[in-house]
Amino acid sequence: MPNLPDDLHYSREHEWVRLEGSTATIGITSFAADELGDIVFVELPEVGARLTQFAAFGVVESVKAVSDLFAPISGEVAEVNHALRASPELLNSEPFGAGWIARVGLADRAELEGLLDAAAYAELTAG
Amino acid sequence: MTQAPPTLRRTPLHDSHLALGARMVPFAGYEMPVHYSSIIDEHRTVRSAVGLFDLSHMGELQVSGPEALAFLRYALVSDPGALEPGQAQYSMLCLADGGIIDDLIVYRVEGGYLVVCNASNRDAVISQLASLQAHGDFDAAIDDRSDGTALIAPQGPRSPELLAGLTDLDLTTLGNYRSMRGRVAGVDCLVARTGYTGEDGFELFCDARRATRVWDALLAAGGEVGLRPCGLGSRDTLRLEAGMPLYGNELDRSVNPYEANLGRVVKMEKGEFVGRSALAAVQQTGPRRRLVGLVMRDDAIARHGYPVHVGGVEVGSVTSGTLSPTLGQRIAMAYLPAAEAAIGGEVEVIVRERPYRAEQVKLPFYRRPKPDAGLI
Repeated sequence: MPNLPDDLHYSREHEWVRLEGSTATIGITSFAADELGDIVFVELPEVGARLTQFAAFGVVESVKAVSDLFAPISGEVAEVNHALRASPELLNSEPFGAGWIARVGLADRAELEGLLDAAAYAELTAG
Repeated sequence: MTQAPPTLRRTPLHDSHLALGARMVPFAGYEMPVHYSSIIDEHRTVRSAVGLFDLSHMGELQVSGPEALAFLRYALVSDPGALEPGQAQYSMLCLADGGIIDDLIVYRVEGGYLVVCNASNRDAVISQLASLQAHGDFDAAIDDRSDGTALIAPQGPRSPELLAGLTDLDLTTLGNYRSMRGRVAGVDCLVARTGYTGEDGFELFCDARRATRVWDALLAAGGEVGLRPCGLGSRDTLRLEAGMPLYGNELDRSVNPYEANLGRVVKMEKGEFVGRSALAAVQQTGPRRRLVGLVMRDDAIARHGYPVHVGGVEVGSVTSGTLSPTLGQRIAMAYLPAAEAAIGGEVEVIVRERPYRAEQVKLPFYRRPKPDAGLI
C-alpha cells in the first residue's frame, strides 16, 4: 500500500482521521477509493449533524454501486467539503488531501484507541 | 456439509485480462473483466477512439437445415425471412404470453443462421428452441457453438480504421448490421458490424483457440488509434446512454416488447409465431406500461430498484441508472403506467427514503454524430 500517511488514524471500514487539536478531519482511504473505482457522487452529512463512531453517516457512489460511509470518530460536524459536490473524483485522486469529507469536533479522545495506526492499517489491507 | 461454490467459467482471454490488470467479477457464471483502468476512462475511449471488449461468454447457436428459416420465423418475434445474405437483425424470443425469454441478434450466414444470445439466458434459449423444434417437427438443427467460439468487439469511431489494417476484407462494403467472413490477424472470423455501445463498431466471432491471436493483434495495432481494453462496467454505461435495454433490468419474462419500446421488432404480418396472439392484443390496446428515460433534476443518482412516484403515489421502479460520463447527467430508465409516460413529465425517484425530482426525456440519451464522409 503506497504512501499511507503516518499521522492519521484509520478505521477498519477504510476511513481516516487527522487530528488537529480537537478538530478531526475525516475521509476515506486510497484503498477504499481504489476498491470503489470512479467515484461519481458523495452524500455529505449536514453541518451540525452528530456522528457516532462506526455508524453510517453518508454515502459514496461509484459508477456501479452505492456504499455507506462509516464515521471513524464521534462528534458534531463543523464543516463539509463542498468541493466534492462538483468534483467527487477528488476522492479518487486525493483521498487523504483535497478529497477530505468533513471536519468534526472531537467528542471523545478515547475513541482513538478503537482506530489503527498506519502500520496496522497497511497490514489489514495487505492480505 | 457445506458445498463448494460453483467454479466460475473463464473465457479464452482470461490470462490476457489478468495481464492487463483487469478487475474481475462474476457475471453469468463467468469470471469477467469489469474494468481495466477506470469505467469512465474506458467509456470515453469507446466514444472517442476504440474500446476492445471480450464478449466470449455470450451464446452462439448455429441454426441450419432445410427448415431453419421457417423454424426461426416461428420461434422469434422478428422476421428473419427479411434478411438478405449477410444481414442481421435484433430480435426477441418470447413466451406464448408475450413475455421475453431473451433479446438477441440473428445473423443470416453461410449454412443457415447464427443466433447470438445473452450468456445468462443461453440455457433458457436453447431449451425453448429445442422444445419448439421438436414439437413443431421442424427439419432444422440447433448447434450450440458457444464454448468453442470467442467474441471480440472493437467498438468506437476509430474501429474501422483499426480493423482495416488487420483484415483482408473491404470494410467499406460492410454496412451496419451486416456480416462477412474473412481474416483478421490471419484468423478466420465472422466480422459483423453490430454492437451494444451506440458507436460504430464490430463484433468478431472466431474459434476460441485463436482468440488470443486476434485480441493481441488488435491491442498491438490499437496503440496508434488510442485503443483501450474495456470491461463490462463501461459496456453497461455505454448501452444505457444509447437507450438500449439490458436483459435482467429492462427485459424479463414479465415484460412484453411493446412495453419496452421494442414493438417495431415484432412482425405480425409474417404469420404465426410464438406469442403472436398475446402480442397482437397488446398492440391493439397499447401496453399497460411503458419504458421511459429519466434525467435527475435533483441531486441524486437513480439506481435499479428505486421506487418511482408520480403525484405522491408509487407507480413503478427504476430499471437501470447511473451517471452518464458523456452527458455529465444522472440518467435512468423506468417503467411507468402508460397514462403517466410523457416526455417532459415530472416524477420523483425515492433515494434512501427521500424524494428527488426527475424529468422524462426522449430516448436515447445519446446518439452518435452522423459520419460526414462515406463508409470506411
